[in-house]
Amino acid sequence: MSAPAKLPRWAELGVLPLINLGVALVLAGVIIKTLGESPFAAFKLMATGALGTQEGIGYTLYYATNFIFTGLAVAVAYHAGLFNIGAEGQAYIGGLGTGLVCLYLGMWPFWVILPLAILAGAISGAAWAFIPAWLQARRGSHIVITTIMFNFIAAALMTYLLVNVLIKPGQQSPETREFSANAVMPAAHELFAKIGVTIVATPLNLTFGLSLMAAAGVWIFIWRTRWGFALRVAGANSTAAVYAGISPPRVIVGAMLISGALAGGLGLNELMGSQHRIMMDFPSGAGFVGIAVALMGRNHPVGIVVAAVLFGALYQGGSQLSFDMPKINRDMVVVIQGLVILLCGAMENVFRAPLTLLFARLHGGKDTE
Amino acid sequence: METYTLIVLLLAATIRVATPLLLASMAGLFSERAGVIDLGLEGKMLGAAFAAAAVSAVTGSVWLGLGAGILTAVALALVIGYACITHRGNQVVAGMAVTIMVVGLGPTLGLAWFNLGGQTPQLDGVGQRFTGLVWPWAQTAREVPLPGLLYAELISGQNLLVYFAAGLVPFSAWIFYRTRFGLRLRAVGENPHAVDTAGISVNGLRYQAVIISGVLCGFAGTYLSTAASSGFVRDMTAGKGYLALAALIFGKWRPWPTLWACLLFAFTDALATRLQGLVLPVVGVVPVQFILALPYVLTVLLLAGFVGQAVAPKAIGMPYSKEK
Repeated sequence: MSAPAKLPRWAELGVLPLINLGVALVLAGVIIKTLGESPFAAFKLMATGALGTQEGIGYTLYYATNFIFTGLAVAVAYHAGLFNIGAEGQAYIGGLGTGLVCLYLGMWPFWVILPLAILAGAISGAAWAFIPAWLQARRGSHIVITTIMFNFIAAALMTYLLVNVLIKPGQQSPETREFSANAVMPAAHELFAKIGVTIVATPLNLTFGLSLMAAAGVWIFIWRTRWGFALRVAGANSTAAVYAGISPPRVIVGAMLISGALAGGLGLNELMGSQHRIMMDFPSGAGFVGIAVALMGRNHPVGIVVAAVLFGALYQGGSQLSFDMPKINRDMVVVIQGLVILLCGAMENVFRAPLTLLFARLHGGKDTE
Repeated sequence: METYTLIVLLLAATIRVATPLLLASMAGLFSERAGVIDLGLEGKMLGAAFAAAAVSAVTGSVWLGLGAGILTAVALALVIGYACITHRGNQVVAGMAVTIMVVGLGPTLGLAWFNLGGQTPQLDGVGQRFTGLVWPWAQTAREVPLPGLLYAELISGQNLLVYFAAGLVPFSAWIFYRTRFGLRLRAVGENPHAVDTAGISVNGLRYQAVIISGVLCGFAGTYLSTAASSGFVRDMTAGKGYLALAALIFGKWRPWPTLWACLLFAFTDALATRLQGLVLPVVGVVPVQFILALPYVLTVLLLAGFVGQAVAPKAIGMPYSKEK
C-alpha cells in the first residue's frame, strides 16, 4: 500500500476544522429541530446575542478569556504528547492561589498585587499539575487517569477549604469575603473610560489582554525556543528524543508545569475580574471547554484564540437563546461543545480521508507529469 | 446491639452505592480488556438514566425503561466505536466528547419533552421503578439477632438490578477466563496483531466489547434513575462513571478484585454520608470531603505503584491498523 497522501497545510489547518465544525453545527441544528424550534432562528439568535451588541461582545470575550487559558494549557501538554484532562482542577487550585493573595495582601496597591496574584495562580496551578506529571515521568502512571483523579481531589479539597476554613464568618453559602478594591482587575469599560471612550459595562477585564499575551508567549515558547523544540520532539517521538539528548521525563514535567500554570490564569479573570471572591466550582467546566478549544484550534495559539472566542460566543449566545426560546436552555451549548469535541477530536479522520482523496484528484494531473 | 445495627445499615448503604458502580466497572472491564479506553462510562450511564426514566414515566413500565436505557447506552457506545475502532480516532477524546454531549443532551431533551426544568416526571406509579424484593421470612428473621438482621437487611429487600450486578461478577470472570470469547477478548487488548494473524477480526471483537459495555452501562444508568431514585435529575451520575473507572483500575482490570474495589469505594461513600456533620472527640468535625476523596487518592497511589501495581492491558488506547 502506498503512503497515504497528505493534505496541504492550509487545508489541514483551515478547511478540515471548518468541515468538522460545520457538521457539528448541522447535528446541533437537527437536535434543535427535533425540539420543535427553528435551527436557523436559534443560530441567528445566538449570533446576535453574542456579537450583535457591545454587551454581547463584552461577555463573549470575557468567557473567551477563560477558554484561552485552558485551551493553551491543554495545547502545551498536547505538544509534549500528553493529554491533560486536569485543566479544570489546575484552574481551581490556581484560582485558590490567586484568591489567597487577593484576600490577604489586599491592602497593597494594585500594581503590586497583580504580579503576585499572577505568580500565585501560576505556581498553584503548576503545583497541582506537578504530581500527575512526576508520576507519569518517573512511575509511568497514565496521566489521563491521574489528572481525572486530581480533578476530583481538587474539588474535595476546595469544598473542604471553603466550607471549613475560608468561609466568611456568619455566612451560610461557602464563599470567602469579598476582595478589597485594590485586588480587583480593572474592567474594560473603566480602562476605555480613561482614554475617553465610553463602552457598556461588562465583566470583560484586563485579563483578556493577559490571555492574549499568554497566547503569544506560548507561540514563542513552542516554536522559537530550544525548550519548545525539545518538547515537540519528545511529543512526536520520545525514542528519537532520547537519541537527540533530550530527556523525556524532564520534558513531561516541564510541559505539565507550564500547562498547569496557564490553567491557573483562569482565576485572574473569574475571581479578580468578575466574582471578587473565591467561591465553589468557579471554573465551571472551562477546563473541559479547553479541550474542545485546543482540538478545534489545532493546538496553535492563533487557532486557540479564534476557537476560544467562538466558544465564548456560544456561551453568551446560549444564554440569549434560553431567554428567547423557552424550549431551549443553556444545556444546548454543552451539547454543541460535546459535538465539537467529538467531530474535531475523535472523528477528525472521518472527513480527512475523503478530503485528501479530493485534493489528490484535483492535483492529480500536475503531480504525475 | 446498637453498633451492630449501625454496621448492618452501613453495609446496606454500601450495597446501594456499589451496585451502579459495579455495573459500570464491569462495563469498563469488557471495553478496556479489549483495548478500548472507556472514558465514556459516565456519559453512557447518564444517557441510560435519562432514557430509562423518560420511557418509564411515559409508558409506566420500568422494563421498557430498562430497554430504552440499554438501547441508548449501546447507541452511544457505537458512536465511540465508530470513531475509535472504524476511524481509529482518539479513544480518550471520544469518551470525553460523548460524556459532555450527554451531560447537555439529557436536560435539553428533558426540558423540551416534560417541561420540568430538565428533569423527568416523578416515577411514583406501580411498576415504574425497580423496588426491593422481600425474601421469604425476612420479617420473621429480623427477630433473630445476628444472621437474621443480616438476612433481612442485606440479602432480602434489594431490587433485581442489585442481584443482577452481584451475579455479573462470577459470570464475567467465567467469560474472561473460561470461554473462547473471553480469551480472544483478552488477547485483542494485549496483542491485536496475534489475534489478526489467527484470522479473527480485531475490529469485530472490539465492537462486541464496546457493545457489551453499552449494555451494562444501560443497566447502571437505569439503576440510578429508576431504582436508587425516582426519576432523572441533571448530572445525576455525579462522577460515578469516573469512580467506576477508578475502581476498575484499583481492581487491576480483573472481575473479582474490581468487585472488592467497588465495595471499598462504596463503603467510603456510605461512611462519609453517615459521618456528615458528626463531631468526634479528638478530630472535631469530621472532614467528610477527605473521606470522599479517598478512592481517588488510593487509585493514584496504586497507579504510582506505591500500593501494589496495576498493569493495564498492553494495547489499550491504541487504534489497530494492519499495516504497522
